[in-house]
Amino acid sequence: MEPATAASNWGVAIILLPLAGALLAFLFRRAATRIGIGAAVATSLAAAALARTVIRDGTMHHAVGGWGAPLGIDLRADGLSVLMLIMTATVGLAISLYAPAYFRGESRKPEQFWPLWLFLWTGLNALFLSADIFNLYVTLELLGLAAVALTALSGRADALTGAMRYLLATLLGSLAYLLGVALLYHGFGSVDIAVLAERVEATPVVWTALGLMCAGLLLKTALFPLHFWLPPAHSSAPVPVSALLSALVVKASFYILLRLWLEIFAPLVGDGVGELLGLLGAGAVLWGSIQALRQTRLKMLIAYSTVAQLGYFFLAFPLAVAAGVTAWSAAAYLALSHALAKAAMFLAAGNLIRFGGHDRIADLDRVVQRLPLTVGAFALAGVSSMGLPPSGGFIGKWLLLEAAIAQGRWDLVGVMFLGGLLVAAYIFKVLGYAFTQANVLHESRAVPASMEWAALLLAIGAILLGFMASPVLALLGVGDPFNAVETMG
Amino acid sequence: MTPAFLYALIGSALFALGLYGLIVHAHLLRKILALNVMGSGVFLVLGGLAGRTPQGAPDPVPHAMVITGIVVAVAATALALVLMLRVRATTGRTVLPDGRGN
Amino acid sequence: MNWSTWIPLMVVTSSLLPGLIIFGLAEDKVRLRTVLNLVGALVKVALVGLMFWGVMHGHHYETRLTLLPDLDLVLRAGPLSLLFVALSAGLWLVTTVYAIGYLEGSPHRSRFFGFFSLCVTATVGVALAGNLITFLIFYELLTLATYPLVVHRGTEVARRAGKTYLAYTIFGGALLMLGTVWLYTLTGTLEFTPRGFLAGLGDEHRLALTAIFVLLIAGLGVKAALVPFHGWLPQAMVAPAPVSALLHAVAVVKAGAFGIVRVVYDVFGVEFSEGLGVTKPLVWLAAFTIIYGSLRALFQDDLKRRLAFSTVSQVSYIALGVAIAGPIAAIGGMVHLVHQGLMKITLFFCAGNLAETLGIHQVSEMSGVGRRMPWTMAAFTVGAFGMIGAPPIAGFVSKWHLGLGALDKGQDWVVLVLAGSSLLNAAYFLPILYVAWFREPPDTWPEERDFGQKETALALLLPPLLTAAMAVGAGLLASLPFSPLAWAKLIAEREFYLP
Repeated sequence: MEPATAASNWGVAIILLPLAGALLAFLFRRAATRIGIGAAVATSLAAAALARTVIRDGTMHHAVGGWGAPLGIDLRADGLSVLMLIMTATVGLAISLYAPAYFRGESRKPEQFWPLWLFLWTGLNALFLSADIFNLYVTLELLGLAAVALTALSGRADALTGAMRYLLATLLGSLAYLLGVALLYHGFGSVDIAVLAERVEATPVVWTALGLMCAGLLLKTALFPLHFWLPPAHSSAPVPVSALLSALVVKASFYILLRLWLEIFAPLVGDGVGELLGLLGAGAVLWGSIQALRQTRLKMLIAYSTVAQLGYFFLAFPLAVAAGVTAWSAAAYLALSHALAKAAMFLAAGNLIRFGGHDRIADLDRVVQRLPLTVGAFALAGVSSMGLPPSGGFIGKWLLLEAAIAQGRWDLVGVMFLGGLLVAAYIFKVLGYAFTQANVLHESRAVPASMEWAALLLAIGAILLGFMASPVLALLGVGDPFNAVETMG
Repeated sequence: MTPAFLYALIGSALFALGLYGLIVHAHLLRKILALNVMGSGVFLVLGGLAGRTPQGAPDPVPHAMVITGIVVAVAATALALVLMLRVRATTGRTVLPDGRGN
Repeated sequence: MNWSTWIPLMVVTSSLLPGLIIFGLAEDKVRLRTVLNLVGALVKVALVGLMFWGVMHGHHYETRLTLLPDLDLVLRAGPLSLLFVALSAGLWLVTTVYAIGYLEGSPHRSRFFGFFSLCVTATVGVALAGNLITFLIFYELLTLATYPLVVHRGTEVARRAGKTYLAYTIFGGALLMLGTVWLYTLTGTLEFTPRGFLAGLGDEHRLALTAIFVLLIAGLGVKAALVPFHGWLPQAMVAPAPVSALLHAVAVVKAGAFGIVRVVYDVFGVEFSEGLGVTKPLVWLAAFTIIYGSLRALFQDDLKRRLAFSTVSQVSYIALGVAIAGPIAAIGGMVHLVHQGLMKITLFFCAGNLAETLGIHQVSEMSGVGRRMPWTMAAFTVGAFGMIGAPPIAGFVSKWHLGLGALDKGQDWVVLVLAGSSLLNAAYFLPILYVAWFREPPDTWPEERDFGQKETALALLLPPLLTAAMAVGAGLLASLPFSPLAWAKLIAEREFYLP
């Protein structure tokens, strides 16, 4: 039994705090909002504390209850996990600050939102700290169910059908994943990732498991062409929910895929599968961007933009064979920037809807003057999404381009080039209308300051990431998740 | 063929059948049932292969996993059923709007 | 505290901070906004003066911030940087005064001046950039900061012009980024070095380097309005006059041209570029743009559009000077960076005055305006003659050196191009002058505003007079040690002669 180190305390705390908050918010309905905000702040502090200890002491290991694998649950936090936890905490905190004003006046929504949101956050944190593939399944399911319930929160027909479709897709993905877990366990006798990494060889069983798990996770990450469930769900959910779905939930399954790829399936990964993922990613970037350009409503545009941006992460897979650290760092950086920028965009869209009562792009009557903070948030988030400097998106794009050019992958360079232009096209389409006087004037409602500032602070965060490349990349290196140092086996 | 492999095969077949049903049927209840069939298939694979130990007593770890999985499946099915009822209440139909599969 | 590491950054932030504060000001805080604007501009000019003094005495000013593990954000004060930053800082001060007068009573001034300040921040960043990635970052920031100014009026026309503007500049920026990353993968460094840093690369990279050159020049050529990337400039004239004056006639196009100078001198090196065979095509492209721009200008009746096409033509002189790859031509090209800025901004200020005071937008409406607004038209005349290349105004000095430099490198045909351009300039400027001075004015002007005894507001009148005087001074006093010409000679010396 390991002595309880500071890091493991924080690791446990970061899972228990939102869980406790969820239960308390469920039990004490009337205080739900206050409990929710308190839990959010506490969890964010725990994430920061965990990050500090991991940077200082290295990877954290903890066996829950003192029972280690294989029957017990192990928690592990290396640089990549910590980065994901910080991403979750940042976006989560902003959403928690946004939600009270958003739900104010709607009688039962706050008491439904907070428990579900905090359960989802628990699931996310537990997922990023999991060290075995079965626990990943459990947390993934917890995440999925909470997300579905949140999507359906408004009770409107489109939200309910969007949630239903989402639920069916997410369950299908989880079951495929679980079957892969079953095959791997019975092939190699363990579900612990580190143990499997040592034992796995390229047999047909493992290939089947790879196929199943990848398919399941790609469905949950909404990679083209398995993205069909995302636009309806993300655009019909309440705005804070859309933000956390696009920014956080899809990243969870991507994270799992990344982990499996890096650790367990490493011996199998030849050029074939990586190329396939790269191809699908390219399809997502181009198709998603074109669809986004065609939208007339802002939330749908942002949802399709998520489909496109997710494709960029997968461009790292074909590149990682030769230039591992650069490509994976690029993907992680893009994921992080995207989380902040996309959440900011959805929150900004929510403000515009609150203001004008609609989200028709062509009727964004000079909102730059009337809601400057919100449009500023959208613009800054857009800068990061386009990969323009200075922003986290620019750093990610730079790293990815570097890896692609160094390997002579001009096809991927072309995809990135075109993708960047298309993103600029739809972002500036929105901004152009935001500056222009519309034909019809609309009644406007005031937007609470907390909602505007939540969006703006997230967007500023995405820009600041552009200046933090060195510390972030250093954090990513803790525990060497990207196998920068060549080891045996 | 050992019983364990037989169970595994049947489980895989259930998985495949369930998947087929999920894609083909439009009615939400049938989709939910199809998912349950798939789930049962996976549990069968997981539990069935547990009997492959040399000692005779089956491996308890997959059993723990199956139990966990069943709990999750129950919760998921409950949510799915409630959602289906709400969809029916608001739209009057039990199929998803554009009738697509999955 | 080691000031020399912070001064370049302070020059950049001297307009960033006022800009951010101005964004938050209420519309009616006119005095506070004016004070912030002017203080920022004066501080910037003062700091630039300090840097000049320091560099003359051998000081070294450099700010370095880590961006990526192997790449830094570098702001450095070298001779070429100082040339451009002095132009930008000086003209920003003048334009701020002009803009305050021009936009009197207009809506959304806080937003305007906020973005205006951001634009200058970006321009100064471009000028002081010490490596290609810093240049790229501020170059793209310039695009982002100028867009809101193009669409400022909020009309459908402005929105569409903004869309065109972006289509060109984002595309150009993407090309520039691609070229930069590619270069980085080949060389592992992007620091601007006199004579370039590519000499060590072997022959197997020739094709790649040529492609990179094309990408970089194309990306820069968009902002520099080289044909065929010039289409955005006439469209952008829908913006308010101060924007057209400073940004689209000076800052944005000069950033592109300046970038071309940087790439040829401090990335590739003149000798290396010649060896690579890329300078000849650039000469042809520049020459073509010079003639094309002037031809198109002939057929424009809208005054600002005529001036826009004139800019397309004139900015290519800089590219021409660089591409001829000789020291004298280099001097001509670089000094034209300053001279063209002074002359063109004068012309745009005057165009703005005519529009604001009398509602004149077309050349055909300008009959007899010289009688009504003599000082404005006097400044316009100076600017026009400078464009034509008449001594002693600054334009003559640049053209003289360009012609001499072309002959020096055996490219005699360029002299014909220059002569042709002068003729075309005369063809589209002299008629304006004739009409303005020698025709009878109409009974009423399209939209007259009364300024009492003065011909127009003081804030609108003084800037063009000042810049016209500077244009004359730069030409007349070119042989003095502190003229733009002397500075350009210093830069050329470093590139061509020093070991």
